[in-house]
Parts: sequence; structure tokens; C-alpha cells
Amino acid sequence: MFSQSFFEKRFDVKRVPSFQTIALVTFACLYAPIIIVIIYSFNSSPSLGVFESFSLKWYAMAWDNEKVQDAAIRSLVLAAVAASIATVAATMAALATTRTKSFKGQTFIYAIINQPLMIPEIVTAVALLVFFAMIKIATGYTGMMYLIIAHTAFCIPFAYLPIRARLESMDLTLETAGADLYATPWKTFQRITLPMIWPGIIAGYMLAFVISLDDVVISEFVKSAGQETLPTYMLGQLRRFITPETNAIATANIVVSVVLVSGFFLLTRNRN
Amino acid sequence: MVTASYKNADNSKEKAALAALEAQKKDIRNRWLLSLPALSIIFFAAAGPMAIVVLYSFLVPGDYTGVKWIFTTENWFNVILERDIFDDNLVWADAHLTIFWRSVKLSLLTTVLTAIFGIPTAYFIATRSNRSRNLWLFLITIPFWTNLLVRTYAIQELIRNQGVINNFLQWTGLTDAPIEMMFTDFAVAFGMTYVYLPLMALPVYASIEKLDFRLVEGAYDLYASRWKCFRRVILPLIRPGLIAGSILVFVPCLGAYVTPRVLGGGNQLMIGNLIGLQFGQGRNWPLGAALSLALMAMVLVALLYFVKVSNSENNRNV
Repeated sequence: MFSQSFFEKRFDVKRVPSFQTIALVTFACLYAPIIIVIIYSFNSSPSLGVFESFSLKWYAMAWDNEKVQDAAIRSLVLAAVAASIATVAATMAALATTRTKSFKGQTFIYAIINQPLMIPEIVTAVALLVFFAMIKIATGYTGMMYLIIAHTAFCIPFAYLPIRARLESMDLTLETAGADLYATPWKTFQRITLPMIWPGIIAGYMLAFVISLDDVVISEFVKSAGQETLPTYMLGQLRRFITPETNAIATANIVVSVVLVSGFFLLTRNRN
Repeated sequence: MVTASYKNADNSKEKAALAALEAQKKDIRNRWLLSLPALSIIFFAAAGPMAIVVLYSFLVPGDYTGVKWIFTTENWFNVILERDIFDDNLVWADAHLTIFWRSVKLSLLTTVLTAIFGIPTAYFIATRSNRSRNLWLFLITIPFWTNLLVRTYAIQELIRNQGVINNFLQWTGLTDAPIEMMFTDFAVAFGMTYVYLPLMALPVYASIEKLDFRLVEGAYDLYASRWKCFRRVILPLIRPGLIAGSILVFVPCLGAYVTPRVLGGGNQLMIGNLIGLQFGQGRNWPLGAALSLALMAMVLVALLYFVKVSNSENNRNV
């Protein structure tokens, strides 16, 4: 029995020696740091070196910290608003750029939509800092709109990609059938196209939400005084000193990302 | 009579063609209208402000912050040169050049490291059964979608002086004093490899998945060793994925800000941090603008190089 499986392994065409070991070590290395943060977020000792006993006190501390509350709420609202606007704009753009012969300017539209992905984040961040500083001086407005529009802009390509993928894999015949049965273009869109691309739209929204929630660099440069988001608050904390409270915030953040990305996976898997 | 009807037919054909052209024009106009919201948001809050950066790079820095509206090319010289304080001669700006060199060096190192770990990982995933493959893919994607700052912070927890590794080493008695790992080039390269690994593994996986394993079998039939088969058959076939992965890792590394800031601190700056510093209070905005454009030029050169490599690859295959 042993020798048989031994020989199967030996003559498996697909096997490359040591690759499996390297791969498993890589996976372990990918998860070890994250798991350590999660474990230590439940550590009752303030020292990060030793694990004393299980405790939720850092979560309680973070929950009661007004700055954390404030930053968390701002991050969530910002992500929800930016992802919503981005998803609507991206859906429209995806409808405009798919299911047609290539037309003049289509490449230009692609290039503009993907532009936020091509330019280093720090460059966009300082460009926005300079641009918004001009507007702030001219108008005196220092509210949340700056963060919202900046986040919306870099969320658009992330929302656009899954929606476009969904549209491209869609069957055109149903819409033609709808039109044949005298449905108006709007009705066809409402009753046929929209329900069919809905999973793509939700997936795009989730990606945009995660991307907005994770952003540090652009928020750091665009925010006005008193507009900390959770990541910029964490960045400020890391610069000073680390409390186990940061572990609790980080763990909460990981949980939110994992839940959203799992949802994204389930949605896009159904398609296949 | 005959000619008239012939003319009529010709006319109606023309009319139909015109109507079709009109409909097509209208369709294209609608498509532009539909794209307009997305295009205007990105123009306003991503693409447009770049024009201001170009403009600022030719202005004189203001006394405290901002700019004076005087044209100068000084900032562009200051990217790589500086005036000697004693005799006013232009000399190399060593501080900037060191940072440029470190950025390129660490980005290359990170690309190589992600390839070393990413290729076997991608190969491993691609050779799983269909069912477990999705699970492994999911597992490699999860860290990528986890907050970059959180992942960088996790690395910091691991390698800092009172961190997990040092505590463990001291607890086992292997070392007496903590090994200094934070705020070094090693820390930055290690952190970036950790953070960008999925960006290498995923495109390589896509290439391996399409691999025709009959070719591998052929290589073994011709008495190739495992390693030789990998190097001479598999590796050339997955080069497109490797090139794509290298772009996806190298370009963000070059412009990295968070990882070098957290793990490299004030001593191990990369270009992104140097740019960020110029935009603090009382700093030099025009120099920052010129540095930003220099970074973009470096990214562009890297992209063109990768495009050239992948083109020559295509030609060779043809």
C-alpha cells in the first residue's frame, strides 16, 4: 500500500520537488502574522510578548474609546456612500462599454476608468491635497465631500471590473426577446438586464466598500482636521506607541474584510 | 422607367444606410452619456489634479507652504541635484539619490522574492483537484483583501524588538538581546513581499492553469530531470504570467508609502515617503510635485520595459 502510493507520487507528472513544501510554508507565513494579531487581541496582559489569559478587555477599551468610535463610524459611512456612488457610476459605464462593436473613444473610456489603478496612490494623494487646498481656500468648505469624492474616484475601477465581467458573459437573446415583446428599453433594463447583472453589481459594491475601508494613503492626505478614518487613526497610533487596543481594532477590521470578501467569492462563484 | 425605379431603389438603400448610421451615432452618444458620471468623477478627483501637479512642479515654493506664482525649473534640478552651500556649485543630491536607489533596489528584491515564493504556491494551487483549488485560491486572496495597514502592523508585531520572534528567541535562550529588525531595509523588503505576494501568485496561477501537461510528460519521456523539466519547459511557458505578476508587484512597490513608513521609519525612506514629506507643513510643495512626476516617469519606464519584454516573448512564440 505504502509503496504503491509512493510510486504514484514519484511518477506524478505534475509534481515538482519541494514545491508543495514551499507552497505550504508560504501559506503558513501568509496567515501566521494575522493569526498572531488575532490571538494577542484576546490577551489580558498589556505586554505583547506573553499570553496571560483570555480577555475581551481590549475590545471593551476600543469600543469605549470615543476617538475609535468616531473614526469607525466615519470610515463605515464614507465607505458606504463612496461605494454606492461608485457602483452606480460604474454600472452605467459598464453598460456603456460592453456588448457593442468597439467604437471610437472606447479605449479612452477604459483608460480613464482604470487610471486610478495605474498611478501610484501617493501621487494621487498629493495631487488631491494640492487641488483640494485650492478649493478650500476659494470656498471655505472643509467638510466630508472631499473624502467622499476622492474615495468614489478610486472605487470606480474596482466596482467596474466585476460588473463588466458579468455583462460580457451575459446572454443577449433575453433582452432581444424582451424588446420583441414590446418592452420599452427602460422596462427591458429594469426587468431583464438589471436582475441578471445584479450579482455583479453587489460584488462590485463589496469590492468598492472594502477598498474604501482599507484606504490609508489618500485619506491621510485629503482629510481635514478632525476627520480621522479608522486606518488613519491606526497609522497615527503606530507612530506613537502600540497598545493591545490596536490588536482589537485590527482584528475587527480583519473580520469585516473576510466577511465581505467571502460574500464576494460566493456571489462570483454562482456565476460559474 | 427602368432607370427611374433603379434610382428609387438606390435612394431607399441610401436612406436605410443613413438611418442605420444615425442610429449608430445615437447609440454611441448614449454610451458616452452613460459613461459621463464615472468619467467626470475620475477627472475631478484623480486624473485632473495631476495637471496641477505638473503646473506646481514649475513654480517657486511659498514661504510657509503652497507656492508663489513664478516660473522656475529649479525643482526639476532639485530632484537629483542640489546647490553646494559653500560655493554654489551644483552637486548630486545624495539624499535623494540614495532614496531612489533604495526604492528601485527594494522593489526589485521584493519582485524576486514574491516570484520565489509565488511560483511554487501558484503551481501547488493549480495542480490541486478542481474542488480544493477554489478553497486554496480563496485562501490566497483573503490576505490580499485584508487591510494593508493591518497586515503591515502584523509584520511589525512579528519583528519588533519586543515582538513575537524576538521574545521567542530570548525565551529559548538562543539570543540574549533582541535582534534589531525594525527600521531596516530587511524589514521593508520582508513587509512588501508579505503584502504583495498574492499579486504575483494569482497571474502566475492563471498561466499554470492553462499549461498543457502533455508537454511536461514529453519532457520526462525525453529523460529530462524534474528540475530540468521545470526550468526548460514549465518556466518558459508560464513567463507571460510571471511578467504580469512582476508588473503588479514592482509598480506598487516603487510607489509604496505605508509599508516603508511603518516598517522603515524615518531612516529607510522610499520615494513615496520622500514625496509625502514635501507636503507637510512648511515644506516644499513644488519639489514634491517634481518628485511625484519623477516617480511616475520611473513607473512608466518600468511598464514600457515589461511591455517590451512581453512583446519580444510573443514574437518568439510566433
